[in-house]
Amino acid sequence: MAEEVVNFKVTIDGIPVEVAPGTSILNAARQIGGDIVPPAMCYYSKLEGSGGKCRTCLVKVSKGSEKDPRPMPKLVASCRTTVMDGMEVQNITSPEVVEARKGVVEMLLINHPLDCPVCDQAGECKLQDLGYEHGSEGTRYEFERRTFERIDIGDKIQLHMNRCILCYRCVYVANQLTNSREHGILNRGDHSEISTYIHKALDNDFIGNVIDVCPVGALTDKTFRFKSRVWFTKPINAHRECTCCSGKVTLWYKGEEVLRVTGRKDEFGEVEDFICNTCRFDTKKTADWILEAPALLDEDSVIMVNQYAQFNPPTVIKEDDKLQLANEEQLARTERLK
Amino acid sequence: MLSVQENQPVEFSATLLEKFAEIVSRYPQGKQKSALLPILHLVQADYGWLSSDAMDKVATYLDIQPIEVYEVATFYTMFFLKPQGKYNLEVCRTGPCCLVGAEKIMKHIESRLGVKEGEVTADGLFSWRGVECLAACGFGPVLQIGPEYTFYENLTEDAVDLLIDTLKNNTTQQA
Amino acid sequence: MGRKLLLQHINEPGIHTFDVYRQKGGYRAVEKALKTMSTDEVVEEVKKSGLRGRGGAGFPTGMKWSFLAKPEGVARYLVCNGDESEPGTFKDRFLMTHIPHALIEGMIVSSYALGASVSYIYVRGEMMPQIRILERAIQEAKAAGFLGTNILGTGYNLELYVQPGGGAYICGEETALLESLEGKRGNPRIKPPFPAIAGLYGCPTVVNNVETIASVVPIINDGGDEYAKIGIERSTGTKLISASGNINKPGVYEIELGVPVEEFIYSDEYCGGIANGKTLKALVAGGSSVPILPNNLICKTISGNPRLMTYESLADGGFATGSMMGSGGFIVFDEDQCIVRNTWNFTRFYHHESCGQCSPCREGTGWMEKVLHKIEHGQGTVEDIDLLWDIQRKIEGNTICPLGDAAAWPVAAAIRHFRDEFEWHVLNPKESQSRNYGLAHYADPITAVTQ
Repeated sequence: MAEEVVNFKVTIDGIPVEVAPGTSILNAARQIGGDIVPPAMCYYSKLEGSGGKCRTCLVKVSKGSEKDPRPMPKLVASCRTTVMDGMEVQNITSPEVVEARKGVVEMLLINHPLDCPVCDQAGECKLQDLGYEHGSEGTRYEFERRTFERIDIGDKIQLHMNRCILCYRCVYVANQLTNSREHGILNRGDHSEISTYIHKALDNDFIGNVIDVCPVGALTDKTFRFKSRVWFTKPINAHRECTCCSGKVTLWYKGEEVLRVTGRKDEFGEVEDFICNTCRFDTKKTADWILEAPALLDEDSVIMVNQYAQFNPPTVIKEDDKLQLANEEQLARTERLK
Repeated sequence: MLSVQENQPVEFSATLLEKFAEIVSRYPQGKQKSALLPILHLVQADYGWLSSDAMDKVATYLDIQPIEVYEVATFYTMFFLKPQGKYNLEVCRTGPCCLVGAEKIMKHIESRLGVKEGEVTADGLFSWRGVECLAACGFGPVLQIGPEYTFYENLTEDAVDLLIDTLKNNTTQQA
Repeated sequence: MGRKLLLQHINEPGIHTFDVYRQKGGYRAVEKALKTMSTDEVVEEVKKSGLRGRGGAGFPTGMKWSFLAKPEGVARYLVCNGDESEPGTFKDRFLMTHIPHALIEGMIVSSYALGASVSYIYVRGEMMPQIRILERAIQEAKAAGFLGTNILGTGYNLELYVQPGGGAYICGEETALLESLEGKRGNPRIKPPFPAIAGLYGCPTVVNNVETIASVVPIINDGGDEYAKIGIERSTGTKLISASGNINKPGVYEIELGVPVEEFIYSDEYCGGIANGKTLKALVAGGSSVPILPNNLICKTISGNPRLMTYESLADGGFATGSMMGSGGFIVFDEDQCIVRNTWNFTRFYHHESCGQCSPCREGTGWMEKVLHKIEHGQGTVEDIDLLWDIQRKIEGNTICPLGDAAAWPVAAAIRHFRDEFEWHVLNPKESQSRNYGLAHYADPITAVTQ
């Protein structure tokens, strides 16, 4: 018989949870759910090595563990920091974290084109959500924004580098799901770009997944380009017999027509299964699929128009003036939505 | 997107391949990718810059994907993805050198060569650029010239003139 | 004259060759360690010496070594960090150029202590001449039986290789260096795991600075206790200081830790005073990333004590009134230097060198450079100064590696101590383009704060 695993007791924003050793703070928070889950732009649980880069999931470890209760000196990336027994973590109950996150959002947006009105990702864009939930109105950046040429990588995928936040998820997809990686990160610093260097089509059975993992509108589906705003489409889960992948997808309907096929995404925006290019790009007739049921949508999604979730802070925030102030904008928004 | 300016096919010489093999032998089995930076330096020393064909051939030699070579070649500032002047003068432009006149030296080089930073003179002999700290702050202003990375310290405008003249004369004598 | 442990024979003609180095007592430490000491004993001596990492962080070397994981059947590596690129620092270049065998000898002893049979010296690519010097030195040492198989008949085997970088300051960060050594982009790794557990090729690895490794030689020769007698408190031994800027005698000096800063700047033994009869305006004591100090906080701490060249004294007063030892890059500014321009220059450096992996550093360094460029060129506003302060605050501590901090600190310190010079720039846009703010009040004595 396998040895019984002793779970670690962790507290996040005052809410206790028991998780298996080796769990990251972020995943522990996801087990609790709700507003105390740090946002994650680069971490993707199904991509090994992902995370740590965007810094939006920074949290404060106010108590390291039962054995060594010292707090960690700096904020840590919750996606890449594993829990210890007795650890106490502060996310939205730390003004420091709220402030730092606001800074990260600002940094991610200074060179972003803010072209949401013409971006296919609008409505299901993690950067939009992030800006809405943690950013501030207006920008303090007054310089010319960095621009790149749009690149078609193959006839199915378009790379719009201006929108990229360099989460590296697409590179991990190419590394881990396909045989030979043809695109990667070129140059360095704020000139870094996702590219193939020499114009090269990405043709591989699973390369279409770079679209699903991209948190922003940098990699979009050319077969869906400008067809419709996502909030006018209705997602239906469906499956088919596929020799390459699980064949479990979400079909995005507008009327009778399937405009787009994507992987099925969970509440954290991650696909359940990676799907093959044939399912994604070439199988767009209802007759090809066995329909299951309407897909569940994220409550925050703009597709759920007028159904924005309210901000439900833990009680500790309601009792503390400083924390009230730190979460001022979120609270105000909830008021507005009432 | 970087455009590849000239794309003539390259073939590595036997001596070069011998050097490659020696370098690869420095690392454990299967870790031959470690040889990438030293090999790119050797290729650049031979050809003056790294063409995409040269990079592809390095990728084949090391049994890695071409993109892995491009990623590295574009990350590090010492690798040139387009041809440079025969003598590429790299002047340190960082703080300590500026305290002792590096900016003046760069201006002097610019007017002396008559080309802007990153450009090549009409005769193909010279190009120049400002580079970040070369770790010789006590002997500034400094410049270096590849591929040997010969180092010139405590520069004055006269010293730069002398250097440029000498390099020019050397070339005429060789020709 | 202070004792010299590393540069004792620097003026000896031919000291870069094996023969002269050996004549002068070189490679005694290898003989002593390999023939008479166990690996643990070598580590113990280094621990006793109190040697702290000379690359910048100042972490105790012996402790770092003792963290190295030693799983059965897994290779362990020692990698020497010769990617010296911190503006103001040029001691490692100096050491590798003039006494390469000091590094080779240190590498052999240290590799032995750590149980490594292959070690690498990662040298920044721009130092091709030094790479050639080191490679020759390795050949000489190998020919003399100090490298290769069965060294000195002790059964210990070691191969030593020099690896060139490609031009990237970030590779001085130890995990970025390891990535680079593996033939990849120099993106720092996300820690944990630390290199001591999973470093080069996923194996336990120690990364040490050139000077740190070279310092192991005198520690083994004379014993850790003897080494620890030099210096003050937790700043033991000698340190190479790279002195540059507006001084009479720029260069590399080996000092006993504890020399007063005032003596170091003004005595003829070291910097020989400010050049051209000018007055000292500011000092960056440990490489461009450490906080800059104005004249009146340089020679004395805020409590009125003389400031000494030690890790503790340079940091006295915290970031409010102190600085750091860092890598020992000692940059002196005279009254004619413009702090705004220099801050812009340093920030341009960090912007240029940011790897681009994590967002605060990738975006923030470029933003700071643009704002500083604006201020320096007479187009800034007072709000820009506050904005700058806020940007650096949002970078500091929030990045994957210390480059974010290194970019934020100089900006923070410049505004903290020289805010009125920034304000003068934005309030006098025309005048600031034609003359410098000068010494202003920066040399005025400040009343000592006593607890």
